[in-house]
Amino acid sequence: MKVKIALAGNPNSGKTTLFNALTGSNQFVGNWPGVTVEKKEGKIKGFTAKGEEAILVDLPGIYSLSPYTLEEVVSRNFLLGEKPDAIINIIDGTNLERNLYLTTQLTELGIPVIIAVNMMDLVTKNGEELNVERLAKDTGCKVVEISALKGEGIDQLIQRAVSIAKTGKKNSPAHRFEGCVEHAIAHIEEAISGKVDPSMERWYAVKLFERDAKVQESLQLDPSLLAHIEEDIVSCEKEMDDDAESIITGERYNYIGSIIEDCYKKRVKKQLSTSDKIDRIVTNRFLALPIFAAVMFIVYYVSVTTVGSVLTDWTNDTLFGEWIIPGAQSALESIGCASWLTGLLVDGIISGVGAVLGFVPQMLVLFIFLAFLEGCGYMARIAFIMDRIFRKFGLSGKSFIPMLIGTGCGVPGVMASRTIENDRDRKMTIMTTTFIPCGAKLPIIALIAGALFDGAAWVAPSAYFVGIAAIICSGIILKKTKMFAGDPAPFVMELPAYHLPTVGNVLRSMWERGWSFIKKAGTIILLSTIFVWFAQGFGFENGSFGMVEDMENSLLAMIGSAIAWIFAPLGWGDWKAAVAAITGLVAKENVVGTFGILYGFGEVAEDGAEIWGTLANSMTAISAYSFLVFNLLCAPCFAAMGAIKREMNNMKWFWFAIGYQTLLAYVVSLCVYQIGTLVTTGAFGLGTVGAAVLIVGFLYLLFRPYREGQNLTVPKSINGKMNV
Amino acid sequence: MATLRETKCGETVKVVKIRGEGAVKRRIMDMGITKNTQIYVRKVAPLGDPVEITVRGYELSLRKADAEMIEVE
Repeated sequence: MKVKIALAGNPNSGKTTLFNALTGSNQFVGNWPGVTVEKKEGKIKGFTAKGEEAILVDLPGIYSLSPYTLEEVVSRNFLLGEKPDAIINIIDGTNLERNLYLTTQLTELGIPVIIAVNMMDLVTKNGEELNVERLAKDTGCKVVEISALKGEGIDQLIQRAVSIAKTGKKNSPAHRFEGCVEHAIAHIEEAISGKVDPSMERWYAVKLFERDAKVQESLQLDPSLLAHIEEDIVSCEKEMDDDAESIITGERYNYIGSIIEDCYKKRVKKQLSTSDKIDRIVTNRFLALPIFAAVMFIVYYVSVTTVGSVLTDWTNDTLFGEWIIPGAQSALESIGCASWLTGLLVDGIISGVGAVLGFVPQMLVLFIFLAFLEGCGYMARIAFIMDRIFRKFGLSGKSFIPMLIGTGCGVPGVMASRTIENDRDRKMTIMTTTFIPCGAKLPIIALIAGALFDGAAWVAPSAYFVGIAAIICSGIILKKTKMFAGDPAPFVMELPAYHLPTVGNVLRSMWERGWSFIKKAGTIILLSTIFVWFAQGFGFENGSFGMVEDMENSLLAMIGSAIAWIFAPLGWGDWKAAVAAITGLVAKENVVGTFGILYGFGEVAEDGAEIWGTLANSMTAISAYSFLVFNLLCAPCFAAMGAIKREMNNMKWFWFAIGYQTLLAYVVSLCVYQIGTLVTTGAFGLGTVGAAVLIVGFLYLLFRPYREGQNLTVPKSINGKMNV
Repeated sequence: MATLRETKCGETVKVVKIRGEGAVKRRIMDMGITKNTQIYVRKVAPLGDPVEITVRGYELSLRKADAEMIEVE
């Protein structure tokens, strides 16, 4: 027999720990259809052997089943649409009141609910008492005490949950609301009787009372019936002097208050807990920012510059550079493999994918830090400290981390955006993180600064300034666009108590994120590198198609020549510069190397010192700066694009992000070149007019009035799935 | 009517009414800020916004703009 059990609970209630404890390694991690909200499934341990199977589905951490956040809509649709056999509702015993709020909603769904009270060891340690029998009686659910961290009570929980799921015995909600509310709900239940599953009448009635638009839509009641229901709601609203939605919320909390009184004994005098003491220092008015800076420095320093870069250099230079690539080369040669095939396998695939996989060790180090910061509760404090600055341009306090990491490498930077719960903030962060000059863009900066600006000290800082300005302007412009305008972003955030995360959870989180990147390297990045390798090495030479000696004859050069005119208004319509920019898509440091090859120098130093002279002859200072700006802002390398695609989980959003970045890069470079030329030489032309128009348009987008939306727009794909 | 925005650090107040409507109001109420709830204002973030409060035994942070919607006494 196969049963499906859903795991629901508040964020920070120990849900992930319980899920891992219940499923062990039999997990599948993905995203809910159409949206980037994590979806986890796993087989419950111990039930596979006896010819039985119990699947556990981990719902996103939610506080309520309202229709207003993506996580909540996803959970609601799953519970209503797929009707799991039972729900395990994990609640934090140290924070009963708010956790039980979700419970009051789950018990209305007509699905058997079993309550797992987590962190019971802490409750006892705090000298507080919880009467489990009374809680069971008051909520109408079976209750099991557990400690997910220590693995206590887990077996009992599984046994009970599976047996409830098998018998399918539903629990009727024990709670009752105020007289007039119950009266209205009873009326609504009567009116919709026969139209919905009888066990869910109450849930639908409550939702209709709340005027939940999604439920109204899905039931398609006739207008006269709706008008009749509306009368009941209005008279109740008058009596209670509040709107229907607030009445229900208030009633639920009143009911919870009565449960707490009945079964929970709080300690009278509250001392400062350890968590409070830590928080007093960490978010202190004066110490918060220095401590934050120190933490960020350590994370950045260790994962990007010291341990991380040592590991990455080792992977790139030793593992791939000295062992795998030469090894593969000689192995293929020894078996007499055709030279083009050896070239494809070694120079194309292994080097290309290797360059990307080289980031993996660095990313894993970083993910350990991130998992730790999230697990211990500091991530929420970062948002608390930084929110004021970032929300001004449509981002969240948590956007700081991806951007800081982005200065090292955009790939883990984009992936670090996972820690941002709000969908809108996350998408915006993903789109803007790669504007920050990453480590691989530094050689381009060094090349331009050295070749055309005599190594002037202002060039490198100006590159960071351009990146930061791009993020701020993009944030302001994008938050006013239709794609972002619809979603409200109330910043009401829980600050969980500090605690040490377990080693297992930290490592697991690190591995899940790292692995998803490695898989990506094996697919889209592999194909892209093969294409560029092919276009770079093949072409028409001496009248026939084949491998070319001179890169000037390659397909890539043809493509470069074909598209070079696009970049003419930016001041670098030379095909060599266009090709350099394209190869920058494989990895940004390739830009310098490509110039080296195209100018006939073969190997060049990292900053391309050999070609400074040649480059200085083919570009002016203004056009070179325009080239630099374009390469800083345009679509990032394939690895980072892969990360963007992975995190967006939606092709439309992926192309929107890449398109936006490239467009912005083009517009900014155009303006830099045209206005710069006007100022320095006084030359005025069609391009100058174009730049002026673009600047006016840009300023309009930046300063046009804006009102925050109130309604959540849910992607079609999940609305379509909603068969309530 | 005083709002939570004007409430000083270290003060405990009682919620009288929550203004506004829709998603933001629902979110605030979902988190347990309902009529007659006691709220203790713990601290203000280093840059002056948001604020941290204790409500129903746990810590919550909300922006001053949202705190303005909460009428207290």
